[in-house]
Amino acid sequence: MKISLGSLLYFWRKAQVFAFYDQLAQSSVDRVYLGETVCAKRRELKLDDWLAIARGLKAAGKEVVLSTLTLPTAASELAQMERLCNQSDFLVEANDFSAVHFLHRAQRPFCTGPSMNLYSSEAIETLANAGLNRWVLPVELGIRQLTTIQQELKAKDLSRLQCEVFSHGRLPLAHSARCFTARHQQRNKDQCQFSCLQTPMGIPLSTQEGERLFTLNGVQTLSGRVHNLLNEWPQMQQLGVDAMRISADSESVIEVINALRHAITHNEHSVALAPQQCNGYWHGLPGASVHTLQTADLAYQA
Amino acid sequence: MELVCPAGNLPALKAAVDNGADAVYIGLQNDTNARHFSGLNFTEHRLVQAVEYVRKQARHRYVKLFIAVNTYAQAGGFARWQRAVDIAADCGADALIAADIAVLSYAHKRHPSLNKHLSVQASATSAQALQFYHEQYGIRRAVLPRVLSLSQVATLIQQSPVDIEVFGFGSLCIMAEGRCLLSSYATSQSPNTVGACSPASAVRWDETATGFDTRLGGFLIDRFTHGEQAGYPTLCKGRFCVEGQIEHAIESPTSLNTLPILPQLLEAGVKAVKIEGRQRSPAYVAQVVGAWRTALDACLHNPQRFTPSASSMQTLAKVSEGRQTTLGAYDRPWQ
Repeated sequence: MKISLGSLLYFWRKAQVFAFYDQLAQSSVDRVYLGETVCAKRRELKLDDWLAIARGLKAAGKEVVLSTLTLPTAASELAQMERLCNQSDFLVEANDFSAVHFLHRAQRPFCTGPSMNLYSSEAIETLANAGLNRWVLPVELGIRQLTTIQQELKAKDLSRLQCEVFSHGRLPLAHSARCFTARHQQRNKDQCQFSCLQTPMGIPLSTQEGERLFTLNGVQTLSGRVHNLLNEWPQMQQLGVDAMRISADSESVIEVINALRHAITHNEHSVALAPQQCNGYWHGLPGASVHTLQTADLAYQA
Repeated sequence: MELVCPAGNLPALKAAVDNGADAVYIGLQNDTNARHFSGLNFTEHRLVQAVEYVRKQARHRYVKLFIAVNTYAQAGGFARWQRAVDIAADCGADALIAADIAVLSYAHKRHPSLNKHLSVQASATSAQALQFYHEQYGIRRAVLPRVLSLSQVATLIQQSPVDIEVFGFGSLCIMAEGRCLLSSYATSQSPNTVGACSPASAVRWDETATGFDTRLGGFLIDRFTHGEQAGYPTLCKGRFCVEGQIEHAIESPTSLNTLPILPQLLEAGVKAVKIEGRQRSPAYVAQVVGAWRTALDACLHNPQRFTPSASSMQTLAKVSEGRQTTLGAYDRPWQ
């Protein structure tokens, strides 16, 4: 089972980003996704900076993939995306169909990220005909759908298509044209003054009775709780999942990578979820829920 | 510029047609469309009646019928979406509205003469994305997500290989359509999994000493005092606490109304304006379509001199969420 690190979803200063990936090069992560997928105004790193980090990670033995913007709206964003899709040193992860268009036109195989709506084997097969070689299970789907999809892909002779599952981190739930971080500061997006730099792990949004519900990250809304499927690696392995994807949200993600590697090596899979963690989606429940063996027993008795 | 109007049932369809729709869009009675609510949508029998009604009008003016099969086919359930496409083709629909590439691909191969419109649920925001769908699956029109400013829409139209339809009026999604899982995080149901958002089954209204609390999936979405009108707890429209401030942190309940910028939409080359609201009553549809027909005719007649009449604006405000309307993302500072 490989471990991959999803693209950095937050806005950090350039020095912090470089230091983060230097550390990552020493870790046991197998595959790293790089690039700005949330907001094109975040220009601490230019494309050449990302390519420099990519080459460093590749030299350290890591697989590197460059990720594209999830919701492009401006011509400049599409021009940048085209440049990225036309380079041939690294595989590209398409997060919307503009990127698929560029990659297909350049006749490059590509992979897709979690916000690409591939909910059935038929959709995956259709996109494979256009060059898809790896896909990520939409985060709101779980073991039941993945089992069906993998069985059907096998029957269609498409088991070569690799699959990743988002396994740890706050869940990317929605993208908007509106910047919620700027809005909270009573600014509009064009005069945001890059305020999301001040909140490197996003801004918590809670209900009026203090329950953390979501996390505001510019134009992206993430879950309030941290999704944790680290215990599910045996089922994922059985289903032929190629890699478990950890979301890059802070320097402490290195510990998560180490913990998962340790668990797989020592056949452990019953580490209790920490408070404010959830795993509902994998088990067919609301994403914010927590499913444990105890609750499964209770459901059976009921 | 075509006026495309919603119909959740046969009375609403008749209201839309009778009040001047150029096209009506409907869904079938299952999860193949993104307004999968109990009591809504068309059985195969009602569909026959719907086709009869719109075709009867053809003597006076041609009214198109679009069928939305616009959700993402679920794992193991593709046969349902194939069947929905076949029904749309067999009844002679003027277009299929779809988002899923497998659904589009099936329609393209199996029913090549069935027009295909790309649903807003596909979240296509660039001419390049539209180029892909056009080349691969033969779409002839696309409905744009409500995330582009007016100038971005105009630029996209200049480069687009297909006609463009935009939302002109109705409830506003603040998130890019087809890209929002907020609902399933709280309730396990989302537009992408069952064609529903903030489902009634997960709603709870609790009377309190001071008023009402509204909950979705157990989460407190908003608190109202006795004097306030309690709104439906759509997840993104609640009042939440962010850094100590209680506010509509994501979106206020409001409706989109682009009547004031109709001349600009026309000038930009928009082919069709879409009214949201398949879950709305026939009375709502009659009022909204009637107001829009009048306004659109006035604008087409003399775009330079067009301003929406006060009575149109009042009619539309009265039926809007929060009794207020906005230009939404078309107006850049709103973003």
